[in-house]
Amino acid sequence: MIPSAFDYAAPTTVAEALSLLADAESAGDDVKVLAGGQSLIPVMKLRLADPSMVVDLGRIPSLSGITDDGGSLTIGAMTPHHTVATDPLIAAFVPLLAQTAATVADPQVRHRGTIGGALVHADPAGDMPAAALALEAVFNLSGAGGNRSVNSADFFQGYFTTAVQEGEILTSITVPKYTGWGSHYEKFTRVSQQWSIVAVAALVRVEGGVIAQARLGLTNMASTPLRASSTESALAGCALEVGAIAAACANAADGTEPASDLNGDAAYRRHLATVLAKRAVLAAVGLSEERG
Amino acid sequence: MTATATPRPEVGTARLRKEDAHLITGRSRFTDNMVLPGMLHLAMVRSPFAHAKITAIDVSAAQASPGVMAVLTGADVAAEQGSLPNAWPVTPDQKAPSHPSIAVEEVAFAGEIVAVVIARSVAAARDAVELVDVDYDELPVVMDLEEAATDKVLAHTSLESNKSATWVFDSAEAGTGTAIAEALANSDVVVERTLYQQRLIPAFMEPRSTVVDPTGEQITMWSATQIPHILRLMLALTLGIPESKVRVIAPDVGGGFGGKLQVTPEEVITLLAARRMGKPCKFTETRSESLQVAHHGRAQVQRLKIGATKDGIVTGLHVDLLADMGAYLGLITSGIPVLGAFMYNSIYKFPAYHFECHNIFTNKAWTDAYRGAGRPEATFAIERMMDELAGELGMDPLELREKNWIKHTEFPFTTVAGLEYDTGNYEAATEKALGLFGYDELRAEQQRRRESGATVQLGIGISTFTEMCGLAPSRVLGALNYAAGGWEHAQVRVLPTGNVEVVTGSSAHGQGHETAWSQLVADRLGVPFENVEVLHGDTQVSQRGLDTYGSRSLTVGGMAVLAAADKVIEKAKTIAAHMMEASEQDLEFANGSFTVRGTETSTSFGEIAFAAFSAHNLPDGMEPNLDSEATFDPANFSYPHGTHLAAMEVDTETGQVTVLKYVCVDDIGVVVNPMIVEGQVHGGLAQGIAQALYEEAVYDDAGTLVSGSFVDYLVPGAPDLPHYITARTETPATSNQLGAKGVGEAGTIASTPAIVNGVLDAIRHLGVKDIKMPCTPSRVWHALQEAKTTGGVQ
Repeated sequence: MIPSAFDYAAPTTVAEALSLLADAESAGDDVKVLAGGQSLIPVMKLRLADPSMVVDLGRIPSLSGITDDGGSLTIGAMTPHHTVATDPLIAAFVPLLAQTAATVADPQVRHRGTIGGALVHADPAGDMPAAALALEAVFNLSGAGGNRSVNSADFFQGYFTTAVQEGEILTSITVPKYTGWGSHYEKFTRVSQQWSIVAVAALVRVEGGVIAQARLGLTNMASTPLRASSTESALAGCALEVGAIAAACANAADGTEPASDLNGDAAYRRHLATVLAKRAVLAAVGLSEERG
Repeated sequence: MTATATPRPEVGTARLRKEDAHLITGRSRFTDNMVLPGMLHLAMVRSPFAHAKITAIDVSAAQASPGVMAVLTGADVAAEQGSLPNAWPVTPDQKAPSHPSIAVEEVAFAGEIVAVVIARSVAAARDAVELVDVDYDELPVVMDLEEAATDKVLAHTSLESNKSATWVFDSAEAGTGTAIAEALANSDVVVERTLYQQRLIPAFMEPRSTVVDPTGEQITMWSATQIPHILRLMLALTLGIPESKVRVIAPDVGGGFGGKLQVTPEEVITLLAARRMGKPCKFTETRSESLQVAHHGRAQVQRLKIGATKDGIVTGLHVDLLADMGAYLGLITSGIPVLGAFMYNSIYKFPAYHFECHNIFTNKAWTDAYRGAGRPEATFAIERMMDELAGELGMDPLELREKNWIKHTEFPFTTVAGLEYDTGNYEAATEKALGLFGYDELRAEQQRRRESGATVQLGIGISTFTEMCGLAPSRVLGALNYAAGGWEHAQVRVLPTGNVEVVTGSSAHGQGHETAWSQLVADRLGVPFENVEVLHGDTQVSQRGLDTYGSRSLTVGGMAVLAAADKVIEKAKTIAAHMMEASEQDLEFANGSFTVRGTETSTSFGEIAFAAFSAHNLPDGMEPNLDSEATFDPANFSYPHGTHLAAMEVDTETGQVTVLKYVCVDDIGVVVNPMIVEGQVHGGLAQGIAQALYEEAVYDDAGTLVSGSFVDYLVPGAPDLPHYITARTETPATSNQLGAKGVGEAGTIASTPAIVNGVLDAIRHLGVKDIKMPCTPSRVWHALQEAKTTGGVQ
């Protein structure tokens, strides 16, 4: 459990970080950006990754914190999960993000791990990506060429791969306020501290006694987080009734390509997605079903 | 002699553990904490292949790496490394490959050591491991136990078959019962099932670590081991070193569960390296290495047939096992299924029993003792079969058990497996458990949910278990071909101040011996608990011992402590009589003082201790000092038992299984420290539930351990386990004077079948008859789908 030797730098500004990245890359270094270190450090200790250079963002104060932009919140990439899970602004305007962050790993990890680190790591079984996707967050990147923003639909590009290019860092995400929406993150695991086998992030807006609009993000149903678009369409106009919601969620796994592993095969995951989508939507609209 | 009228304020008291203060305040002395001057560090080069010929090893780059002192291959140590010991050749014709610590020609499982790097730091050693260039010629692998039994692919090129041994017990041949074939033929019902004991990983908290100091006259080894005494003997025999030149110390050891009941290649290699370099050497495994190569447990296929009359009287049981040895025979690998052979009949009285196990090699890490060691497998099989039989007969599984178990009036009872159960009261434990559980209410709730077709179904799992503890009568071990005895040794030394040192050969690694032994001795000698110091885990301090496993410590080691204390009392009495000029017959011993009966004249233990030390005025011919030693060899095993009941919820939508309620009533005889017992029960239940629901060592077809980290090997945590409702009944053992039976393995043995029986009871009406362990949500859901599509719904 000892990583290979590597160089380490801890810049204190974003500009300094970007110049370090640029220098390292031009020198041919295999450089990795360290956020909370809850994924990178373990894989380095297992020697599954052996970067020659690590740039630690932990000492850049401007990358942490939550600001109210009026219609949206901007959350610094280095904000720890624990802060996301307990921040009053997030609880008031984007409770889905708080609900999701509260399910990440264990308290120790939530205090060290960061929202930006989890999003850029883009583990298919990670929780934050599906929530960010459902929330239609905007990803704010900085690089040597300046700043740019990427929509959530374009951010997650493949297995552990995002739109963040070499020499770029994620500085924050901007999330619209979801006033008047119900939300829930339904996570399925075998033991309490485990990566999601499948999870569903649901945002639902009810109007005139029916579901007006729904956004569903799926965790671990493909190499990237996915939106359950068929179910989102089916839920529009759906009655606030268990049977109708269940029927709308029956196609939640449409278009997914889940993996098979020790926790379940693809068929099981596809089935789980429908059950969890139903449960997430029911919880988001405050309905409960008799199960016992 | 037995002390009279000694009060028992300590035995039975839930004392906080005296050893915890240093453990929880960071003053621990685990092996990896050891730092010696000039110490070198080892890292192992391990085979990535499960079966291969080693064709070449180039160590030059590694040797040139900064900080590296040496790199040793199997060829470098071939002349001195010997073959790792197997102390339990179960049959005279048992086959086994030679087992070098560093492979020389062939590797037979992924993780086997092919070279060792010795360097000035751990980091330097690990860096250099990647520079060792090993050429392999891959050989075919055999991973599946049932396939290995066919011999189509051989796990070792040096063996002609994967079969190591076949061990048989037959009640007709042994004269303990009738013939099985006839019994089954004459049964109204015969239920036949194949059950699978998945492979488990002990996953002790402290990874294994060894430090060897070769300087001085003796070689000193510190190791995270359960067995310092056996290890010392085996190192001497394996390496041809005089036993007297080896000292083994087990300092603080962080758990074992049988996983540290082993003589490991890493221990041998660390010793060889230290001897060669002339400097202290340390090896501490990573968690990944621990999961990969520290021996695994269970891994059996159980082919079972149980017969009964239509009224539910069991007529006989036929057990045919395949037992996965893995690639090699460890210390007692081959004996693990044999330990189970005596337990398949459990608490039942059926007349015919046949057991055979086929020990088979595969290209996996070798298996060996894991909490319960053979007995959990046996208990699982019989308790699952009793439920299957009840299902077949349409009978309540509890009623079926009641009809067949040994009544409390029938003890002592000689079983069909040939053991004599001294005491027990299955009726009392069961009655108490039913009361705590609310059996009838839960059955009614189960019925309600079945009728309403509820998404979450309810099942009740029953496990009425017994086990053989207190390993072991030496003669029995001899009859089973085990190399050593089963006694335990103790010394009691009364210091001049009256403080007492207790030396025990039973080497604790988390069990709380320091506290429990102090309680025993405080009561016996009438000295304060705080004045007793328990010493163990160092072959130079506790010269004789057979260590800690098989719930033996109290029932065997504790008895040795009591016997030694009694010898001290005997000598003290003679001194006291001499000091008070009274006759020994007139003395009473109570609360640490001898009193002349009917008078106020008395002398305290402290005064006697100082008199024995100063030796100014001892009876003629008496040796100074107040010391004693004793060795206890049990005449019989002890037989704890209990009734465990689990209410299990199964979410038929997701397959998720939840323990709604868990009640266990254990009868472990007399209890010394109820708090320690409670801890053992809780931990045991967690491990048993883990086998039922969570843990499984999984290999891929190429022989790589897929569940090689805690991401994939799921050890449950506190949030995943229920609040246990525990209680006890107390039927004292008669096989030892304290009446204790042992509790180290009870929870693990009993809980696995209770949980699985509960899961199946919840969904049996939907057509599901079996689910392989662990009962994962995915497996439960697939079983339900299959039952639906095959029209299994009854």
